[in-house]
Amino acid sequence: MTRFITSSFSHLILIIGILIMVVPVWMIFASSTHTSSMINMNGLQMFLGDSFYENYLRVLLYQGGFFKEITALKMFFNSFIMASGVAILSVVTSLMAAYALVYYRIKHATLLFWVIFITILVPLELRIFPTYSVMAELNLVNSYFGLIVPISASAIATLFFRQFYKTVPDELLESAKLDGANTWRFFVDFLIPLSKTMIVAMLIFMFVFGYNQYLWPLLVTTSEQYWTVVMGLKMMSGSIVHRFAFVMMSMVPPILIIIVLQKHFIKGVFQDK
Amino acid sequence: MKKVQFKSSYSQYLFLAPQLGILLIFLYWPIIQTFRDAFTMQDAFGFGATFVWFDNFLFIFDDPAYFIAFKFTIIYSFVITLITGSIGLLLAVQANNVMHGKSTYKTLLIWPYAIAPAVVGVMANYFFSERFGLLYHLFHELWGFNWYESVFDSYIYVIIAGSWKQISANFIFFLAGLQAIQKSVIEASMIDCKNSFRRFWTITFPLLMPTTFFLIIINITYAFFDTFGIIDTTTIGAPSGETRTLVYKAYMDGFRGLDLGSAGAQSIMMMLIVLVITIFQFRYIEGKIHYN
Repeated sequence: MTRFITSSFSHLILIIGILIMVVPVWMIFASSTHTSSMINMNGLQMFLGDSFYENYLRVLLYQGGFFKEITALKMFFNSFIMASGVAILSVVTSLMAAYALVYYRIKHATLLFWVIFITILVPLELRIFPTYSVMAELNLVNSYFGLIVPISASAIATLFFRQFYKTVPDELLESAKLDGANTWRFFVDFLIPLSKTMIVAMLIFMFVFGYNQYLWPLLVTTSEQYWTVVMGLKMMSGSIVHRFAFVMMSMVPPILIIIVLQKHFIKGVFQDK
Repeated sequence: MKKVQFKSSYSQYLFLAPQLGILLIFLYWPIIQTFRDAFTMQDAFGFGATFVWFDNFLFIFDDPAYFIAFKFTIIYSFVITLITGSIGLLLAVQANNVMHGKSTYKTLLIWPYAIAPAVVGVMANYFFSERFGLLYHLFHELWGFNWYESVFDSYIYVIIAGSWKQISANFIFFLAGLQAIQKSVIEASMIDCKNSFRRFWTITFPLLMPTTFFLIIINITYAFFDTFGIIDTTTIGAPSGETRTLVYKAYMDGFRGLDLGSAGAQSIMMMLIVLVITIFQFRYIEGKIHYN
């Protein structure tokens, strides 16, 4: 009986928690399927209306921006390029750097370690204007390269890969050496297949990190052609239901990725088997 | 470190080069420029800069707005850490308790983590708008809530907006921490101590200390840096700069005011704060907690 009561209590708390998460998003979604005059008269809605297709199609295809040069569809394309670029570039470079740090007897290993890992303490927000002026000097403002590379300058994934490599048994390298594998072959044929879970987890983490960038795209893109979805929130105009629809669509890609790939993400980050 | 390694050779630099190259050009070079900005003053026409020692720093210490931002950032990170940590822990403990539906609960609580702070801010905006915001009207009925004018009310607004998605992150990490505790420890404690409330605080919670301190750092970093998008889409600092974080103020001074010297000095102050927190974490806390 007590078992039943405590377990009902747990379910109750969890359901309240879920409601706090779901209800606000649901209300914006429900409201986005109504007409603007309905919202202006009656406020946010709890139930679905019948303007879903009308509102969402218009938002996706409408030429927005100050100069009417960009559609929401193009912003999604830009965000996708930026997020995948950040994910791939940072994961590949981190994978390699962590390999050198763990598997080589490097001379100034401690110094190198600090040169790489102290950068975690200096997020982009702390060096945003100088980074911008570096980009301007290198002529990289208004380019995908400019959106991607400064965000990829991160050693967070390196830290995770380094921790993971350290748990790999020494016997693996010993047997690989007996098989005559050189450093490159060991990396590609042995270590990368072994790190698959961790690689997927870091790709998800960095994709969401790249997609969610707000301040940097705002600063580094003056041409509307390079606007991304999240910064577009600041720029969007139009009636209230169209803004609701845009907000709803902006959160779909990262949420979908986290829910669909949840198992891999959690497995990698927490290294549970 | 590994016992078996490759001998040092030129190939190690090939593995290091991509990341080191990106860090040097896009991270170290800007950091050096930050220091240069912080110790120089641009002349009014942008022709050059003069070295002014600590003038930019003295200037920000004289600025009452800096202390307002400082005070707000401290309160904001403290309250966000407390709220998201305790709610995240409460939910994680319940999710770890239930027999059925554990993974469904996990999925339903995990997704807000993925939403961008700026998107959360825009959503919060709709719930706190004077025209049709539900929370605005609820709180207005209760105590005359008006975030445009009351500092306390504007704090409530940005704290709710800032905490919402961060509960998810705390939940995920606490749940993983709880699941990592060995079954045998829990079973043994069940024999020794019948009171589940006391059992939690004397056995389980101390074993969660590594997770807790990790999350404290994560939450403080979040409140310091990631909330830019939230502030910029909710109060924009209203009323009169009371809800500006240090990052937000530095950005506004550099961008709107074109005062790169002040922005640089403010950045260096924040680097120092981050450094102090990190050293504190390593020196003081790491030595005092249990790892299982």
